[in-house]
Parts: sequence; structure tokens; C-alpha cells
Amino acid sequence: MDTLLALANGFSVALEPTKLLFCLVGVFLGTAVGVLPGIGPALTVALLLPVTFKMDPAGSLIMFAGIYYGGMYGGSTTAILLNAPGESASLATALEGSKMAKAGRGGPALATAAIGSFVAGLIATIGLAFLAPWLVEIAIQFGPWDYFALMILAFVTVSATFGDSPLRGLTSLFLGIMLGLVGIDKLTGQARMSFGVPELLNGIEVTTLAVGLFAVGEALFVASKRLREPEEIIPIKGSLWMTKQDWKRSWAPWLRGTAFGFPIGALPAGGAEVPTFLSYSTEKKLCKFPEEFGKGAIEGVAGPEAANNASAAGTLVPLLTLGLPTSATAAIMLAGFQQYGLNPGPLLFAEKPDLVWGLIASLFIANVMLVILNLPLIGLWVRLLGVPQPWLYAGIIVFATMGTLAVNPSPVELGFLFGFGYLGYLMRRYDYPVAPMVVGLILGPMAEAQLRRALQISLGDPMILLENPGSATLLGISFIALVAPFVMKGMNRFKAAED
Amino acid sequence: MLTSILKRTAVTAVALAGLTTAAFAQLELKIMAPAAPGGGWDGTARSMQQALTASGVAKSVQVSNVPGAGGTIGLAQLATSNKGDGSTLMVNGFVMVGAILLNKSPVTLAQTTPIARLTAEALVVVVPANSPVKDAKDLADRVKADPAKVTWAGGSAGGADHILAALFAGTVGADASKINYIPFSGGGEALAAMLGGRVTAGVSGYGEFEGQIKAGKLRVIGVTSSARLANAPDAPTFKEQGVNLEVLNWRSVVAPPGITAEQRKTLGDAIEKMAKSKEWAEILKARGWDDAYLGSADFETFLKGEEVRVEKVMREVGLVK
Repeated sequence: MDTLLALANGFSVALEPTKLLFCLVGVFLGTAVGVLPGIGPALTVALLLPVTFKMDPAGSLIMFAGIYYGGMYGGSTTAILLNAPGESASLATALEGSKMAKAGRGGPALATAAIGSFVAGLIATIGLAFLAPWLVEIAIQFGPWDYFALMILAFVTVSATFGDSPLRGLTSLFLGIMLGLVGIDKLTGQARMSFGVPELLNGIEVTTLAVGLFAVGEALFVASKRLREPEEIIPIKGSLWMTKQDWKRSWAPWLRGTAFGFPIGALPAGGAEVPTFLSYSTEKKLCKFPEEFGKGAIEGVAGPEAANNASAAGTLVPLLTLGLPTSATAAIMLAGFQQYGLNPGPLLFAEKPDLVWGLIASLFIANVMLVILNLPLIGLWVRLLGVPQPWLYAGIIVFATMGTLAVNPSPVELGFLFGFGYLGYLMRRYDYPVAPMVVGLILGPMAEAQLRRALQISLGDPMILLENPGSATLLGISFIALVAPFVMKGMNRFKAAED
Repeated sequence: MLTSILKRTAVTAVALAGLTTAAFAQLELKIMAPAAPGGGWDGTARSMQQALTASGVAKSVQVSNVPGAGGTIGLAQLATSNKGDGSTLMVNGFVMVGAILLNKSPVTLAQTTPIARLTAEALVVVVPANSPVKDAKDLADRVKADPAKVTWAGGSAGGADHILAALFAGTVGADASKINYIPFSGGGEALAAMLGGRVTAGVSGYGEFEGQIKAGKLRVIGVTSSARLANAPDAPTFKEQGVNLEVLNWRSVVAPPGITAEQRKTLGDAIEKMAKSKEWAEILKARGWDDAYLGSADFETFLKGEEVRVEKVMREVGLVK
């Protein structure tokens, strides 16, 4: 009851006209920077920090939260339309979304992403308001061994992105894991495979690899076969809006995606990527039309998109209750709190209830504003696909280059972008899937660091992974997910032999 | 993921001074933060931008970010591309001294022109509230008994937190090369490990743990300043507990190599004026930073001392061979 009262009080703060205006500016900016590759919500909030120094704290924090939510909405647009995920959290969205767009179903793909984000954002924000204090108690009990087991589970589910050949999929995955070894080792501070190039000390940037492999690789591939076998892109086929069938196939993935995204986002080292992969592979397993996966299944957009938005709300749980930033944007928002002398943490709810609950209430409002802002834009976005191919792909290369340079103005980084672009072309040419490589780069270093931390804490005893109920359960699920398909196959063969 | 996104994100921001007629108002400065937006160096650079323009010391200040490798990529750029440039400053600090050694950086701080030390933050060693470790003596006894069994959580390898853990072991007479230090990315994850009771002790800047300490979830074992902190009068220092340990995570500004004595004086005067302005004082208060201003010449001496001390520790723990 107390929570409801506090939330109602929060709404009275958030519904003040000036606060509404801040919120609107925030979601608008967030959507814009989410759509542009390279410029993310983290960068935008950082740029605005010095400007907002003298402004009303509640108003600016509401604006920052709007930018954060808006960026998560906007990120899916380029992933779906251009197969160019601007951030690692929308990688899974690109897999099915871009296929849908090519088949003339860009409209429904964008719509299920937007509505899925809305549903996920709404449920996750309710979760933030009512469950935060309990959830965070569980989240901090998550030790390095549990994270390692979670990464292993994510690794197992990556096979969903392999396509037809497990061997090619694994090759791609291991290339990614190998790239993940480059740079300063987090635990000993020693450089690995950096060959004396200082830019390599920080490792390979995930977005550079993703944009290179996906966007640049795709552009080169399309250009290479344009004269021989031109690919038909159908801008719009059928309805621009979701059909009854689309709704029926989307609602369950939205809810499941939220169920992955919110709790994992709330973990201090959970992140937004792992839940999107888990959601993608779950949808592939549960889908009634598994043959559509890889060719544009709407479930593969609905689930991951809901998961990444729910994780954004999840991230705010440790930020508000403990002052733990778990994403780049959250870290800069923390700096935003601190510039007003506010310290997020256990005391903030008691000391500044108006501000905290106003912020949470404004998240509900931001969510509604975003879905109203985004749905009418779909018709406009889809027209992008009508642009003649040479123009479209030249534009993609320009934007990919600008985005990479905006993040890190370094010739080495640019060289990587086009090196990875060429690699992406070769992988498409010889039919290797590109997604597992990016997944390898994301998960490899995380799994390694968590395993080594776990072993450092246990003084080298590997049994720690099985002694803890959390990690033991997760490893058990991974094991079952890994061997179940083989066992089933064997059983079927056995049955067939008996008949 | 967090740091890898953070460390490459770069920003260029321009702030124009308001209407001002102060004497320095012709000064146009560029400040490089050799880190991504959101971190301590970036925060220092942007706060300087604010104070320099608001107090009328400079007409315009432009902040740029050159992230990577503990700041050594920015350092290399300052020493090569900006050589002799009298209008560029770079923010740096204690952590860069270690990063230079760790990354075998070809450029060192000796090649830069020290301008001023600005702020300092005391580090704090904490334990979970239910830990059997009560004070510095308890912790020292455990470290002496078996350094490997005491797990330390803190920031990146070779950073200020790591160096403090090694110095503590060395000061109480244990073998610093045997300490079991677990680096986490960012203070947040280390804090979670502390609250979850996974590690013996945690190290960070006082500000990062303040909320949890006041909420009674973490207990202070010692702060590394010479006297008790004004905002935490209950937290004992290591010195008063008989452990002769003093580490400050300081931040400073340097100019490129090859600038003239006159340029050095102009920059030094401008920064001194800023450091004594009421605008800067307000920022320090809001951010919880301690004023640790040292002018150009004093800072140069201080810097040399810190370089010797850090290198000695890093050799002891085997980070540098």
C-alpha cells in the first residue's frame, strides 16, 4: 500500500507540465540518437550533463531516463531496416528483423518491436516500482560462479544462430572468442595479442565488429552479386500494420522476453545482451513455425526486443537502490545524480522520495510517449527500403563510418571496421553465419573474467561451480539443453528401428 | 561490457563563456580527458570547463575525450600531436602513473609539463557488516597469517585500489606478491561482491561506498588520509591504528611538452585562479572532492615522488617485471 501511495505521489510530480516537457524532450532525443548508429544514449547524456548543472534535478533526471528508454526503442530501427545493429543489445533483433524487412514485412517487424518494447517497458517499470528492494537482495547474492554459469547457458543457446551447419557456426563463434582475448587482461593487467599496437590494448570494440560484419559486410556482398543475381527487396507487402496472426504470434514472446530481460538486467553484471540471446533461442525452440526462423519469423523480433527494453528498466533497480551502475548509460546517470549531490543508494528512497518516485512515475509516462511517437513513424521508416539499392547501401556505409569515427576518432578503428566488413563479405560468400562471431566476442571475455574471479575467491577449487545452488542449477540446465537434442534424435532413431 | 562501451565512447563538447569581462577572458583552452565520458577524469575535465568559464578565467573551453589503455593513448597524443601547444591541457592522476608502467607506454609523465594538482580523494578499506574482521589490526593479522586467503575486491589491475592493497600487505609485514586481489570492472561490481559477502575486504574511493557505509551495510576498516575525513568523522584512519599507510587518489592537469616558460606561467596562473574561485569550491563541495591544489613546481616534485613509490609497489606485486 505504501508503494502505491508513493507512486501516486510520484505521478503528481511527474505530471507537472515542466516535467512532462522534460520527459518529451528526453524521449524525442533518445529515439533520434537510438536511430543514428554510433551515437548512443550514453554519449547523449554525457553531452547534456554540463548543460543541466544549473537545472532542476528532478527535471533533468527525468529527461535522462527518457533518453535511456528512447534509445532502446530507436536502436531496433536500424537493426530491422538496414541489418545494422547500432548496439550489441539489438543484435538478436537484426537476425530476424532484417529478413522480415527484405520480405516486405518491415512494417509489422517495427510494430512488434515498438509494441513489444512498450509492453516490456510497462511490466518492467511496474517490477521496478514494486519489487526493486527484494530483487536487489537476490541480485547481490549472485556471485562470479553464478555469472559464469549464466554465460555458459548463453553459450549453449547460441547454437540457435548457427543456421544449417554446426561446424561453420562453431568456427564463427571461436573466431569471436579469439578476438575477445585481444587487449589488456582484466585480472592481471597484462597485454595479450596486442602486438605493440596501443589501440589494441583496449580490445576489439563489439559495435565495430557488429557494424563491420553486419552492415559493411552486407553492403559489399550485395554489391558483389548485384550484376549477376540482383536481390529483390520488396518495400511493403501486405499490410503495414500487424495482422491478427502477427498479434497472436507476438504476445507470448513479448512476455517471455520481459521475463528474461528484467531480472537479468537487474543483476549487477547481467547486461542487455545475454537476455536477448536467451529470448531468441527460446522463441526458436517454442515457435510453431520453426522453418521460418532464419527467414524472418516475427517471434524472433518480438522476444529479443522486449528483452532488451525490460533489461533497461532492470538496470535501474541496482542504480536506484544501491547506486550500482550496470550499463554505460546508467554510469553517466549516476554522475548526473552526483552532480546534484544526490547519492543513489539505500538512503535515497527515504531522503528524496519525491525525486525517486517522480522519476519512476515518469518512466511510465515516457513509455506511453514513446509508443505514441514511434508507431506513426513506422510508415516513414519503411519507405527507406524503397530507396534504390546502390543509394541505400552507400548510405549505410557512410553512416557506419561516421558512427565508428564518432565513437572513437582513430584510423586504427576505421581500419578494423573495413577489415571486419571484408571478413563479413567473405563469410557471407562462403556461407558462414556472422552472428555467432559477435556473440563470441561479447560472451567470451565476460565468461573468462567471471570464471577466473570465481576460482580466485575459491582459492583455485573448481568445485565452487557445483557447490553453489545457483550456478549448479544453471549449469544443469545448460547440460540438458546441450545433450537433449542428441538424446531425442537417438530415441527417434531407436523407435524408428523398432517399427 | 560496461567499461568497453565506456572506454571508447568519446565526446567533444564546446561551452562558451557567458558575458564576462575578466582579465583572462581572452584565453581559449582545450582540455583533453584521456578517458571515456562518465569517469573521474572526464568529470574533472568537464568541471574545470564549467569553473573556468563561469569564473571568467577563460573565454571558451573545449573538452575532448581520448579513451583507452588507462589514459596512455591520450598521453601519447598529447606528447606528439600537441607538442608545443600552449592552449591544451590534459587531465590525469594517480592511476595513470601505474598505467604507464603496466602498458609499457613509450611516453611517460616526465615528458609532459606539470601544471597543477587539483583534487585528492582518500581511499577506504571496508568489510561487510557481518564480517569477523573488526579493525586494521584484525585485517593485518589475517594478511600476515596467509595473504592468499584474504580476498580483496577493487577496481582494475594496477589501479589505485590494487596499489593500496599491496601497500597494506607490505606495510604490515606480509609478502605483497602473494596478495589475492580480484579486479572488478567499475566500483559497482566490486560493491556487489562486498554486499554479497563474497570477499574479505573491498577497496574504493570513500564516495563510492559512502551510501552503504551510512546505511550500516559496510564497516570501515580504515581510510588512507592523514586525518579523519570531514564528512566521515567516525571512520578511523590507518595511521591512528598504527598502520603507516597514506594513499591519495589525486587528479591533476598537465600541459604538452615543449611549451615556453611564459606559456607555462599563463596556464599555471589560469588554473590557480580557477582553483581558488568560488565556482570551483562549489563544484568540489557538490562532487565531494577534496581540494588538493599544488602549483606547477610543487606538483612536479610531488609527481616524481609518486612515480618512484608506485613503481616500487608494482615490481613487488609482480605487475611490472
